[in-house]
Amino acid sequence: MFTRRQALMGAAAAAMLAAMPPMAAFANETEIAALPREQVALVAPPFVHAHSQVAQGGPKVVEFTMTIEEKPVVIDDEGTVLQGMTFDGSIPGPMMVVHEGDYVELTLVNPGSNSMPHNIDFHAATGALGGGALTLVNPGEQVKLRFKATRTGTFVYHCAPEGPMIPWHVVSGMSGTIMILPRDGLKNEKGEPLTYDKVFYVGENDFYIPRDEDGNFKAYENHGESYADTLEVMKGLVPTHVVFNGAKGALTGDNAMKARVGETVLIVHSQANRDTRPHLIGGHGDYVWEEGKFANPPAKDLETWFIRGGSAGAALYTFLQPGVYAYVNHNLIEAVELGATAHFLVEGDWNDDLMKQVEAPGPIPTH
Amino acid sequence: MPHHLIDALVGAAAALVLPATAAGIAHNVTLASDIAATVEVRTVSLEFPVPGEFLKDAIPAASPVEKVNVGGFRIMKQQVGAAAYALCVSDSACEPADSAGHTGEDVPVTGVNYRDAVAFAEWYSRATGYPWRLPTAEEAAAAAGERFAGDAFSAAADDPANPAVAWLRRYREEAAAKRPADPAIKVRGYYGVNANGIEDFGGNVWEWTSTCYSRTTLAKDGAVESRTDNCGVRVLEGLHRAYMSGFVRDGKSGGCSVGTPPQHLGFRLVRDDSPLAHARLAAVRAWERATGS
Repeated sequence: MFTRRQALMGAAAAAMLAAMPPMAAFANETEIAALPREQVALVAPPFVHAHSQVAQGGPKVVEFTMTIEEKPVVIDDEGTVLQGMTFDGSIPGPMMVVHEGDYVELTLVNPGSNSMPHNIDFHAATGALGGGALTLVNPGEQVKLRFKATRTGTFVYHCAPEGPMIPWHVVSGMSGTIMILPRDGLKNEKGEPLTYDKVFYVGENDFYIPRDEDGNFKAYENHGESYADTLEVMKGLVPTHVVFNGAKGALTGDNAMKARVGETVLIVHSQANRDTRPHLIGGHGDYVWEEGKFANPPAKDLETWFIRGGSAGAALYTFLQPGVYAYVNHNLIEAVELGATAHFLVEGDWNDDLMKQVEAPGPIPTH
Repeated sequence: MPHHLIDALVGAAAALVLPATAAGIAHNVTLASDIAATVEVRTVSLEFPVPGEFLKDAIPAASPVEKVNVGGFRIMKQQVGAAAYALCVSDSACEPADSAGHTGEDVPVTGVNYRDAVAFAEWYSRATGYPWRLPTAEEAAAAAGERFAGDAFSAAADDPANPAVAWLRRYREEAAAKRPADPAIKVRGYYGVNANGIEDFGGNVWEWTSTCYSRTTLAKDGAVESRTDNCGVRVLEGLHRAYMSGFVRDGKSGGCSVGTPPQHLGFRLVRDDSPLAHARLAAVRAWERATGS
C-alpha cells in the first residue's frame, strides 16, 4: 500500500537529492528509517575495515558496535603493565570510515565485567558533548547513538565521563578515530581525485606509569588502585611512554606495516591528548591534511606534519624506494626513548637516479 | 706453559693478597676467600664468523668465517654478580650500574657498559691478586661452545643493484631472532651450563668482549683491501652478536636503528694466568702498597 505521506516523502527526498547539498537537509525519523543500512565489523588498528573511497549510491546508516574492555595491557618490552581501558579491546580503538551525509549508528556496550561507567565523545558529531552526554553506560548496560556525518575529515573519538575521569580514561587507552570521506573521495588542491592503495591507522598514546622508590614501574592489581598514583604522574605532564598502536614496538618487527614501491598509502595519525609531529624517515607527505579536514586543500611535499592534541590528521604518500622506513614522532627523544616509532617495510626496485652510494665507506685516501 | 710454573706464579700472586688485606681494604677479605670460580677452556680450533662489517665490491657482505685457534684460558663459570660489582662501587673503583636496585638475590650485574667492565676487571685484579680481563670475541666464542651464536644473519643472495634487499632481509632476520621472552633478571645459573660447564650463555644478559668493531673492505677474491677499527664500539656476544658504543649501559631500539638490541648488558672475565699479566699486576699492587693508595 502506497500512502499519501510516503508519496510526499519520496517526492521530497528526490527533490532534496536533486537540488540541495546533503548538509543543508535535515531528515526526519521516517526518512532516516527509509535509508539503506549497512553493518560494518570493525578491525583492530593499524588496519581499517574495507570501504569504498567514493561513495556508492546515496547516504545510508552505517552500524557499528564497540564493546568496552577494561584490561591490563603490556606497553613495552620490559613488561610494564598499564591498567588499560579500551574501545573494542584495542589501543587505540578501531577506526571507522563513512561518507559525508551518512549516519553513524554506534552501539556502545559496557559489559558487567567492567568496573566503571564509560561514554564516547565523537569530535565529528554535533551536540551533547559530541555524544558524551547521551552515551554514559554503567557496567552491564549498552546504549545506541546516531549522529549525522556532516563534516569530512579524520576526527578523534574518546571516552569523556566526568572531571578527572576524562583525562585518565583517555591516557588509559580510550581513544580512536573516525574518517568521514567526501562522497566523491579525496581531492588535491585543484579538486582532482586522489586515491590510496592502502590505509593504515596509527594511533599515538601518551602513558603515565608511576614508579616505586627504586625507579621501577609499578604494577597494580586493578584500575582503582592505580588511579591516585597515576593522576600524580599525569599532572607532571611528562609521559613515561609515547607509543604507537598501544605499546612500544607494536608496529615494528613482525608487525611492521608493509607496502610496495609505487603503492600509495594513506596514514591516519591520531593523538587524543597531546601534540605530535609525524615524520617518515626517507620519505615525505605528498599530500597532508594536517588538521585532518578534507574541506581544506592538502599541504604538499611536507617533511614533518603537526597533529594537534585532540585531533587526527592524514598523510598520503606514494613510496618511491624500497627499504625499511621508520615512521616516527619527530621529537626523537619520544621516538627512541619513549617508544613512538613504527616501521614500513617496502619491497620493490631501487632507483639509482633518486639515490646512490657513489663510493662505499673506506679509509680516507692519503696522497 | 708448564703447569708448575703457573701454579708457582698464582701462588705468589695469591700470597700478595695478604698485605693488601692488612692494609685495611676491608672488601678484599671477602673477595680473597670468595674468588669467582673459573673453568678452564682448552685450546680449541673454531669456525669463527669474524665480527664487524664487511664490504665486498662496495656491497655489504656476510662476515667471513675463519678457522681460528684459541689458546687455552680460564674464564669465570658465572657472569660477574651484582654483589661483587656493588663492592667495587663501594670501593669507589666502579661507577654504579644502571640496573635498578637489586633484591640481594644472586643475580648477574646488568646495566654496565664496556668501561664499567674494564674498571671492574682492574679493581677485581687488585682485590683478588689474580689478573682479570674481558675475553676477546674469539675467547667468548670458545667458552660459549655449542651456545655460541655469532652473527644471526645469513649470507643470502642480496642484489648489488638494490641495497634495500639486504636491509629488508636483515630486518626480517632480526625480527625473527626473538629475544628471551622474559626480560626479568634471573638468578645466576638459571639458564644452565653448556658443554664446557660454564653457566648462562645465551640467556637474557649479553656479555661485553674486548674486541673492537671494525669495517673491512674485501677484494673480489676475499683478500683484505683495507680495515678501519673503531674501538669506541665493542663486540658483545650472546643470543646473537651485538655492537655497542663503549659508554652504553642499555641497548635500545627505535628511531633509525631498527635492529633487535640485547636485552641486558653484563660481562664475565678471563683470569689471565700469563706470567706477563701476573708480573704487571704484582707491579701495580707493589706500587699501591708503596704509595698507600
